[in-house]
Amino acid sequence: MVIPAPPGKMGPVPLPAPELLVGQSPPRLDGLDKLLGRARYLDDLTFEGQLWGRTVRSTVAHARIVLIDFDPSYDWSGVTRVTARDIPGENVVQLIDDDQPCLAWDVIRHFDEPVALLACADREKLEEALRHVRVEVEPLPAVLDPAASTQVFKHYRYEREAGRLAEAFARAHRVVEGSYRVRHQEQLYLEPNAVCAVPRADGGILLHGSMQCPFYVQRALKRLLALDDERVAVVQTVTGGGFGGKEEYPSMIACHAALLARAAGRPVKIVYGRGEDLASTTKRHPGVVSHRTAVAADGTLLGGEIDVLFDGGAYSTLSPVVLSRGAIHAPGAYRWPACRVDARAVATNTPPNGAFRGFGAPQTLFAVELHMDRIARELGLDPLDLRRRNALRPGDRTATGQELRESVSALEVLEAVAERSGWASGRAQPKGDGPKRRGLGLSLVLHGAGFTGSGEVKLKARAGVELTPTGCRVLAASTEIGQGTITIFAQLVADALGLPLGAIEVAAPDTSRVPDSGPTVASRTCMVVGGTLEGAARALHRRLAAYAAEVYGGDAERIACVGGTFREGARAIATFEEVARRQLADRGPLVIVEQYSHPPGIEWDDDEFRGDAYPVYAWAATAVEVEVDLDSYETRVLRVVTAQDVGKAIHPLLCVGQIEGGTVQALGYALMEEVVHRDGRVANDRLQSYLIPTALDAPPIETILVENRYPHGPRGAKGVGELPMDGPAPAVAAAVLDATGALVPELPITPDRLRAALKLGAAPTASLGETPLGAAE
Amino acid sequence: MISRIPVTSARSLPEAYALLEKPPPGLRVLAGGTDLMVQLQARVGLERIGHVLDIWGLRELRFVDRAEGLLRLGALATYGDLRDSPLVRERLPALAELSREVGARAIQSRGTLGGNVCNASPAGDTLPLLIAAGASFVVGGPRGERRIAADQFFVAYRRTALAPDELFLRAELPELAPHERLVYRKVGTRRAQSISRTLLALRGGALGGRLAGVRVAAGGVAPVPLRCRLAEAALEGRPVDALAVAAARAALEGEIRPISDLRGSADYRREVTGNLLARLLPELAG
Ligand SMILES: Cc1cc2nc3c(=O)[nH]c(=O)nc-3n(C[C@H](O)[C@H](O)[C@H](O)COP(=O)(O)OP(=O)(O)OC[C@H]3O[C@@H](n4cnc5c(N)ncnc54)[C@H](O)[C@@H]3O)c2cc1C
Repeated sequence: MVIPAPPGKMGPVPLPAPELLVGQSPPRLDGLDKLLGRARYLDDLTFEGQLWGRTVRSTVAHARIVLIDFDPSYDWSGVTRVTARDIPGENVVQLIDDDQPCLAWDVIRHFDEPVALLACADREKLEEALRHVRVEVEPLPAVLDPAASTQVFKHYRYEREAGRLAEAFARAHRVVEGSYRVRHQEQLYLEPNAVCAVPRADGGILLHGSMQCPFYVQRALKRLLALDDERVAVVQTVTGGGFGGKEEYPSMIACHAALLARAAGRPVKIVYGRGEDLASTTKRHPGVVSHRTAVAADGTLLGGEIDVLFDGGAYSTLSPVVLSRGAIHAPGAYRWPACRVDARAVATNTPPNGAFRGFGAPQTLFAVELHMDRIARELGLDPLDLRRRNALRPGDRTATGQELRESVSALEVLEAVAERSGWASGRAQPKGDGPKRRGLGLSLVLHGAGFTGSGEVKLKARAGVELTPTGCRVLAASTEIGQGTITIFAQLVADALGLPLGAIEVAAPDTSRVPDSGPTVASRTCMVVGGTLEGAARALHRRLAAYAAEVYGGDAERIACVGGTFREGARAIATFEEVARRQLADRGPLVIVEQYSHPPGIEWDDDEFRGDAYPVYAWAATAVEVEVDLDSYETRVLRVVTAQDVGKAIHPLLCVGQIEGGTVQALGYALMEEVVHRDGRVANDRLQSYLIPTALDAPPIETILVENRYPHGPRGAKGVGELPMDGPAPAVAAAVLDATGALVPELPITPDRLRAALKLGAAPTASLGETPLGAAE
Repeated sequence: MISRIPVTSARSLPEAYALLEKPPPGLRVLAGGTDLMVQLQARVGLERIGHVLDIWGLRELRFVDRAEGLLRLGALATYGDLRDSPLVRERLPALAELSREVGARAIQSRGTLGGNVCNASPAGDTLPLLIAAGASFVVGGPRGERRIAADQFFVAYRRTALAPDELFLRAELPELAPHERLVYRKVGTRRAQSISRTLLALRGGALGGRLAGVRVAAGGVAPVPLRCRLAEAALEGRPVDALAVAAARAALEGEIRPISDLRGSADYRREVTGNLLARLLPELAG
């Protein structure tokens, strides 16, 4: 269900062209092909002379490599072999700190780390060959518990009015402390990682693959192979989901395929099985977040100290930026008169953790939200009232000192959910006295839209449009990964040009053909790239209007394309197609590429960790009703009510789809999803034991779209991709607390953990180093 | 290599028996394949598989009928068959209900009772039900047929009493007397596509206010699906009161031997199995 926000709040934004497609939900451009099985994923493509590639992986968490032994008695004919020795450029998967090798050479730092590569035309021979490679090692002591790690990838400390902290704690009515723990979560895209590298006659590489960020892959290949821009092209193939799992990892598998392809002189395809994908690719960072909070008797927050520890795994990969988003979201959607955040990401000998929808925020928001419920309970307050009292309002400053000017909707989403969920009566209802207990819980979150801090400023994302005889072609590196990118791009561009949807094509992301719009991550695609595209489309419109005025006469300023025809007032001048064809014949191709720039006044200080961390925030409140079975300690989610302010829903159906999908993924995070490591190895590397919710586990979800427009987003849009991942888990934990009186400070809330919390009686606390993160139970 | 394993698809029981006359080394039977194919994919014991006997086409093993006071379930009866069979729904509603809970629709269409029995997983869902119901299994091969009580069939972890030249043919379940019931509860990992953490099945009834003919069986809490004789002894002839429940629960928690694994801890399994017993017992009497 979609309930528009009350008028007045929406603040109409003056726009040059009317919204005809924006705000509608036309069929997805990629929908029919996917529905009919016509979409061709990487594994559906066959390349002339193609070989299959496989990865030899470590079977130890930490060791020195003594020898990589290819069994001399085995018949290696027809098998291509590659080790780090064969890398022409640098043995590194380019990202931030560049500490991760493409192939381990001297030291193995985690289980299932790539050590060597094989390729062969016959898949069965390849499997056999794999068993004839032996990696001889000298084991080294492995660090599996992040609390015991001495290697810090990144450490941030930031404060707001820290001088007043001591005073806040001194005059507090209560000081409330709590520690909260979260575990590894797998992205579980339907299509496992897959690429095919095709060697080119010029010594270059053409790489096809399932991915979110073609330019990340291109940069990684250039560095590894010591090639220039011209000789490395990366093309995204139809991608069966990403959720962040295909942000950085495709660079690794692409590097592997490219090395094999160059060695063999033939295309090499690598398609991971589910087991290999689960065991070796990135996961959501596990961590422990501790809060110490000074509160007044009425629940007003006076000051807080927040400590964040993330387990980065064996290499730093994206940990610095995951940590910064986690640290910035750690204080939640609240006013903190004084606050200090101390956040570290450390190394362990486990597979590296990386991007996953929410990117550090779901972890720290779980902690602050459940902590709010702990405070409410200790003070005897209604958790809704506590949130109302402390929620950020327009004009308030966040903990990084950012003044919230536009599109600030904490109270609005909170009140919408309170009402639609029947909060007051729901909380007052008896919990039950039999084996089944009911409870209602709530969360309030914010999510920064776009890259953190100066990310966008450094990136300088570019995107554009190219005139075609019948409309235009969108040129952007943003990938369609099931979330609707190409459909909303077409809607935005069509409305800016006054064209029907069918007149817009979206070019497949190919680094040799499209500008670098940056990665498809961070809820930035619609707001940042969509906005840039809209600007480019408007510029194209201006150019064509000027041209029409020149050719057909009239005042360019007053000429606009409406419904596919250029008009001046009521007078029709020429159809878009006539103008476009004439322009193309007369003046040649017309491509307009624009560069994103932050709206004025957005300032961020990287060193001080202060200022406008994001240009704007999206807001969400979520209520969850659960039923807990005290015989089996199972928690069942009965319903979810959520209100989410996305600025403007360009495509309401896709928007609700993102929210529902994200909510179910977050319920999995709350109740069952957990990658279990044993001695550093993923123990549940199959879907039988890595559990995600099924359709029967998914409750009815009522979504309230709040559209509090952001003046600098396209038609007012902010981001929606990650927001729905943040709120459900703490709301489930709060509902379990309401139902049973047990505060389970750890995700997922498995029956075992709930039972343990109930046996402890009083609200228990997960302490640092109690058991290693990810330890098997 | 999977593709190099020879497969014989039998079209009749005699044809299958002909192959079993001299079973090729490493012979494995394939019914619905929902366990076997998963094991192949995970390469579990792949090197030990020398030949596959595919019995999926043996129509004579796919049936549900009633004879001489027995409900007879053919080896190839699928969960879908059991779920939809009017006979099962009327005579043994618990089995129809359980079949609806197994896996999800696709598995229910392909997975068979015989496969569940012969796979002999301690967490196989039908097994405690069959044991509690007092079922016997009819197995057969070129040397003839024999009958084995369900609670004697599972001899050790994933090992059965089946000889290498034998097939499981059918299960035979005595019908419930009017005062008797068969009840169960599965505690899985989620609401579909879920392996049991524990499953408890009870059969019996009350005569003159006292429990009679009680049978208790549990899954997922021992190396084999377990008949819980101590719990049965603690209940037989007793009224369903707090005392009897406590005694039976103590007996049950003493005789099951759960382990800790990815699905749950041993302590959890022990307690929850006891909770299920306490919760289900009144249903026998009422
Ligand atoms: C997604 C999924 C969900 C599942 N959910 C459940 C669940 O909820 N509960 C549950 O209990 N199980 C579940 N299973 C396991 C499986 O579906 C069942 O055990 C099913 O009953 C197996 O039957 P089958 O015919 O497919 O067996 P197969 O795989 O064909 O055979 C299993 C074993 O039994 C042997 N065998 C089969 N038939 C005979 C016979 N007549 N004589 C001698 N040997 C024989 C085979 O050699 C093999 O060793 C699930 C499996 C999957 C893949």
